[in-house]
Amino acid sequence: MSFLGYVFMQRALIAGALIGAGAGTVGVYVVLRGFSFIGAGIAHAAFGGVAIAFLVGMDPLLGALVFSLLVAWGIAYTSRRAAIKEEVAVGVLFATSMALGIFLLSFIRGPRVDLLGYLFGNILAVSSRDLVLSFVLAGVVFLAVLFLYKEFLFIVFDPGMAEVAGFPVGLLQGALLSLVALTVVLSLRVVGAVLVAALLVIPAATAYQLVRDFHKMVFLSACIGVLEVIGGLIISFYLDTPSGPTIVLLSASLFGLVLLFRKGTR
Amino acid sequence: MDFGGHPVLEDITFSAAAGEFVSVVGPNGAGKTTLLKVILGLIRPRRGEVQVFGVPPWKLGKQRARIGYVPQVEEVDPRFPLRVLDVVLMGRYGALGLGRRPGAADRHAAVEALKLVGIAHLAGKPLGELSGGQRQRVFVARALAVKPELLLLDEPTTGIDPAASESFYELLRRIQKTGVTVIMVTHDVGVISRYVDKVACLNRRLVVHGRPEEVMADAALAEMYGCAALFFHHGRAPHMVVRPHSELREGRR
Repeated sequence: MSFLGYVFMQRALIAGALIGAGAGTVGVYVVLRGFSFIGAGIAHAAFGGVAIAFLVGMDPLLGALVFSLLVAWGIAYTSRRAAIKEEVAVGVLFATSMALGIFLLSFIRGPRVDLLGYLFGNILAVSSRDLVLSFVLAGVVFLAVLFLYKEFLFIVFDPGMAEVAGFPVGLLQGALLSLVALTVVLSLRVVGAVLVAALLVIPAATAYQLVRDFHKMVFLSACIGVLEVIGGLIISFYLDTPSGPTIVLLSASLFGLVLLFRKGTR
Repeated sequence: MDFGGHPVLEDITFSAAAGEFVSVVGPNGAGKTTLLKVILGLIRPRRGEVQVFGVPPWKLGKQRARIGYVPQVEEVDPRFPLRVLDVVLMGRYGALGLGRRPGAADRHAAVEALKLVGIAHLAGKPLGELSGGQRQRVFVARALAVKPELLLLDEPTTGIDPAASESFYELLRRIQKTGVTVIMVTHDVGVISRYVDKVACLNRRLVVHGRPEEVMADAALAEMYGCAALFFHHGRAPHMVVRPHSELREGRR
């Protein structure tokens, strides 16, 4: 029986396509703005949110959503106020929310929580309810990028000038980080909190090596993202490996190949 | 005007008439960029009065589009994957407002601006493939894409070789001739004097405000020890400046 015959696999593949396209698109802004570390920070915060949600009996993905959005706006606010360096704020947050997540989960009795699944992704984990949430999250991400395409480009390329032109740079920055948060939650089931950040970076970094036009980079990065997540899921199905690491390793291999064979240097 | 207790700018009295080419010179940390930000309305002075087009700059609102701004080159990543035309189109973003994409009219204005700065043939090139001088022209074109009446430039010739700087100043002169007021901040003291109408010397305080030929003439006289001009040193990189007699009256205007 081919992988397409399994319902869990169909769900994972549909979610995977949404994840790849979402992470590929948002990743372009992450890579060009140098937000990679922030992406990792938000992903770890999402894991803390999962743990809190388990304890209070909430849907874990909703917990992750609330927590990572809070952190996204916290980072956006910190970076505007410059009371502490953005990097330091993320560094503290990164480990603290991860520690909080594992600490809290150790209190949970009864049916074991799928800790590894939330950390590294589980191909079996996408329920039909998760799939609905995936469509909502991906929908919000795509609509926001469609509506604020030029604004996000502007604040990523030249925030000073965007401010001069009268754009609310702080709010747009917060909105962009919120999209990172939504993408993290979208990817949590399949890729896992530890490895989501890689998905926000590698497809866009691969596309960056291949084209020098922003609009083409967005399109190409989304395509590469879909290809890598779907490809990784299929490999993970046949090799019976955790889906997150498989996807990331496939993505990194493709990135390495592009680095080796691309013409010229940047 | 101060940040965290340390005044960055004080006692600034400064005016530029419509259609003038004014250069503000001064060492690093003199507050040149701050002065531009005040003119742009991004920073409000604690005391005193600023007027651009007859109103305080922070009240310009939509009128902000009448100002074109060329920030320091180092502020953007030259390897950013964008084509020249896309960069120039950004000049139109402010007037478009949230959520609206640039259309044919915006493209037309962007191409016109590129023609004005003489690099229309580079419209399709990635930013990363241009020389420093060409890239600077792209940012001038971006500022011109809104057809501004006032053009502000922050250290536009940093990292550009002298020959390219010369032709860049020629370009600014041409732009000025179309009726645009040009205010340029720079630490390039020598070359600018041949092109500008007025030089203002800034180091937290605005020291000289006069026509360059007066400044230069007095300086030449001074070298022969025969002048009545006033010399003094200021700043971490001391340099001699001249206070022409006319400036004392003009500066208070």
